[in-house]
Amino acid sequence: MADTETAPAADARPAKSVVYCGQCSLPPEYCEYGGTTQRCADWLLKHHPDLHAKLYSEEAQAAALTQNLSSLSVDAQKRAEKDAQKKAAKASAAESREAEKRASSKVTIKRVERNKRKYVTEVSGLEHFGLDLKKIAKEFGKKFATGSSVTKTPSGGEEITVQGDVSDDIFDWLGEHHEEIPEENIELVEDKKKKGAAAAV
Amino acid sequence: MFKKDVSPGAKSKVKSSAQRAIRAKVLETYPLLAPYIDDILPKKEQLDLVKVPDRVSVYSLNGQPLLWQHMDDKIIPHLKIVQQYPWCFQRVRIDRGGVRFVLSGATLMVPGLTSAGGRLPGDEDAGPEYGNDGKELEAGEVVAVHAEGKEHACMIGILKMGTKEMKEKKKGVAIENGHYAGDGLWKLDLS
Ligand SMILES: [Zn+2]
Repeated sequence: MADTETAPAADARPAKSVVYCGQCSLPPEYCEYGGTTQRCADWLLKHHPDLHAKLYSEEAQAAALTQNLSSLSVDAQKRAEKDAQKKAAKASAAESREAEKRASSKVTIKRVERNKRKYVTEVSGLEHFGLDLKKIAKEFGKKFATGSSVTKTPSGGEEITVQGDVSDDIFDWLGEHHEEIPEENIELVEDKKKKGAAAAV
Repeated sequence: MFKKDVSPGAKSKVKSSAQRAIRAKVLETYPLLAPYIDDILPKKEQLDLVKVPDRVSVYSLNGQPLLWQHMDDKIIPHLKIVQQYPWCFQRVRIDRGGVRFVLSGATLMVPGLTSAGGRLPGDEDAGPEYGNDGKELEAGEVVAVHAEGKEHACMIGILKMGTKEMKEKKKGVAIENGHYAGDGLWKLDLS
């Protein structure tokens, strides 16, 4: 351990690159302990099919199972099983809560008359469906060649404000790119500013 | 150590003199990291110090936790660094059955290391990876915990008992309060 000076790392072994699961954040070989194994497996199949084949092949799973059982006492097996069930139950409860929330969440696309025949389109509620507002705002700006940004709402939330009347285009775009938002959850509304009210914006 | 989610406290910049001292400490504890230290802890980058509960200091770079230290204990890298440079750390291996417990934040018990699936220095089947050149590991040393049948380490922590004693007693606490994959530090995002 004498040569600890920081020598150029040219001949050093390169850092290992590690894949991390997009669902549970663990290296995929540990996904089985996270409680969201099915979704992890789906993610891995999509993003790293080679790794998926290695980890989820029938032989690999059978081997894991027998070794798993043989190295544990009966008592520990029971505990492990209970533990796994608890984790899975927790994960599926979280999932169904999420699904419920989605089912009752609304996206609102509102056409707002600014003055005379100038409009802006305000889109709110996308965050309920896990969308990144900043990214979507940028996307809208590019797609419709117009100004588009994330703005604060008076109630403390955030929404996307797009210059111009693009309500119908946004409705169509959401249907095409984000099927996870049920069409019936998207509301198209119009907000005609009466004189005087416009000044408040 | 990080069984619960970590709620970060105030963040402060680490002075460059202190940053040099941390770098020296890391190299003293993990001499094999020397060829990589400029990648891990670039000299010109600003290191931040974040205090978290249970008297733990977390050092982060660009919002990524890099190192942590409980009081004046040894400074320990984030597990992702261990997984990137596994050959730079002394290691032990737990049997397959122990993984579940480690990943749920349980104290690592000696039987998980002394059973057939476990590996300790001095074991006949320790091989070069776990053999540690025939030297036993002492209590107080930092070790990466690998797992039977897995490629990557699942925990890093400080040995509570020397490996020689573990083999004699075959019971007791091996590591408590380690940092494991999926724990609060693993998930901590400071950006
Ligand atoms: Zn996963």
